[in-house]
Amino acid sequence: MIEVKDIRFTYPTGVEALKGVSLSIKDGEFVAIMGQNGAGKTTLVKNFNGLLKPATGEVLVDEVSTRHVSVAKLARTVGFVFQNPDHQLFSETVEEEIAFALRNFGFDQATVEKRVTWALNLLDLTDYRKTSPFMLSGGERKRVALASVLAWDPKVVILDEPTIGQDHRQKEKLRQFIVQLNEQGKTVVIVTHDVEFVAECNPRVVLMKDGKIIADGEAKRILTNTTLALEASIVPPQIAQIFHGLTFLGLPSDVIDVSEAKKILVEYFQEHRR
Amino acid sequence: MSVVETKGLTYTYPSAGKPSLRDVSLAVEKGEFAILTGPSGCGKTTLCRCFNGLIPHFYSGELKGNLRVADLNVNEHTIGEMARRVGLVFQNPENQLFALSVEKDVAFGLENLGMPRGQMLERVDWALDMTGIEDLRERAPHELSGGQQQRVAIASVLAMQPEIIVFDEPTSFLDPLGAQKIFEVISELNRKLGITVILVEHRLDLAARYANHVIIMDEGRIALDGEPREIFNSEQAWLLGVGIPKSVRLWRLLEENGIDLKGIPISSDEATQRLKEVLWR
Repeated sequence: MIEVKDIRFTYPTGVEALKGVSLSIKDGEFVAIMGQNGAGKTTLVKNFNGLLKPATGEVLVDEVSTRHVSVAKLARTVGFVFQNPDHQLFSETVEEEIAFALRNFGFDQATVEKRVTWALNLLDLTDYRKTSPFMLSGGERKRVALASVLAWDPKVVILDEPTIGQDHRQKEKLRQFIVQLNEQGKTVVIVTHDVEFVAECNPRVVLMKDGKIIADGEAKRILTNTTLALEASIVPPQIAQIFHGLTFLGLPSDVIDVSEAKKILVEYFQEHRR
Repeated sequence: MSVVETKGLTYTYPSAGKPSLRDVSLAVEKGEFAILTGPSGCGKTTLCRCFNGLIPHFYSGELKGNLRVADLNVNEHTIGEMARRVGLVFQNPENQLFALSVEKDVAFGLENLGMPRGQMLERVDWALDMTGIEDLRERAPHELSGGQQQRVAIASVLAMQPEIIVFDEPTSFLDPLGAQKIFEVISELNRKLGITVILVEHRLDLAARYANHVIIMDEGRIALDGEPREIFNSEQAWLLGVGIPKSVRLWRLLEENGIDLKGIPISSDEATQRLKEVLWR
């Protein structure tokens, strides 16, 4: 779905944010891009939808180079939900906000209406149809931003730091929603610092540092590697930390999920105590 | 001795239809490390604004009930007077930093107090040292990483030598390691200097281990108030959907399966220790 071939990118300020990155994301995959502040995560995903074009190397979306397609056209395939919803929202009502891009893509009025209703319903925003996005809370504005992108049904959805500013319950809802989207076949890419959130979603994890990818693999393998974690300025999830101190008992060290942890410990206990 | 005490505090923002704080009564003792948490919109930030007098002096609105902070009746003292006793550190340090060098930023509040130059420099040195950023003294705050900026913001507040520092989600924009370092700095100020800490936080996995008092708010009211282990064990905390640390979740699952860890672990280190004791024979 997305092929990144040895790309480099330098901002006009002279900062080289990507120093040779290659990555392949398959149709229907769920990928979390993690790493230190300033590692190049957001720069990388902005190359996925053509908002930024690489200086060298190339990005193929659905087998077409982003150099040869306009951002507007690419957006149809790759929807981008910004970290700060205020960078994205501008309409007078929630309904208008969601309809805006649909009209730009040339959908007819009947389809626009149908899609708007569908997206409002999907994100639990129906009551706010006629409300100004700026009257809503931060968490609700994030949902509006997400609804406006999902409305045009892009094949790939990119979410930049979706959990910032969300409380525990909203995060849980977001997690269920993202997992569901992915199960329905969408390719989902999230950029995040939230280790516990990733541990619960269990996606493929791509770890970045200083403009390069330093690891790529299953969440439970990457997040439990203390050397990698330190290098990428993340802290392993709490369950991984607990199990890290128990390996001398012969227990596995690659555990990030609380239910799996329980299962392993209960089995161990039953075997060794009686 | 309580350094923060509210009784029946009820507050409504100007033009808001309903109160943001409803009958809030709580006490934070001197030297405590208190975590204030609860769902978005529950009134946490509004309550923090009361602690340093932004409410009622800056945000007008209607405030009822008693509010004493650092032995002062907040209603009778200006924001300037309160600022010397109660520091406030925000979520985004960029909103707080503005000077051309770290040193000037940290000195700013002291200059406003009219402190003599010699004493001021000593105070700045001390604040930079306590937050571990002496080497950043000459740097421009806007060039620093988010974690470094947040330490500058803490140093600027610390320089005023307040009795209480309120931190409003100070790590939301930081990577996990940066966040952990900030919590360690905060904990050190609490332990070494005896500064009372009130930390507004959702990420309890990282922060719970430092606290000895947890307050959970919901819809403008105090829902739970007590010792961390007691709170995390209460049914109501689970129902409110606050971020119960994974170590506590694991403890409960094991408990249900007949494995007794003898006490609730609120950090991964504690959980590992207890598990070792139970499993290793």
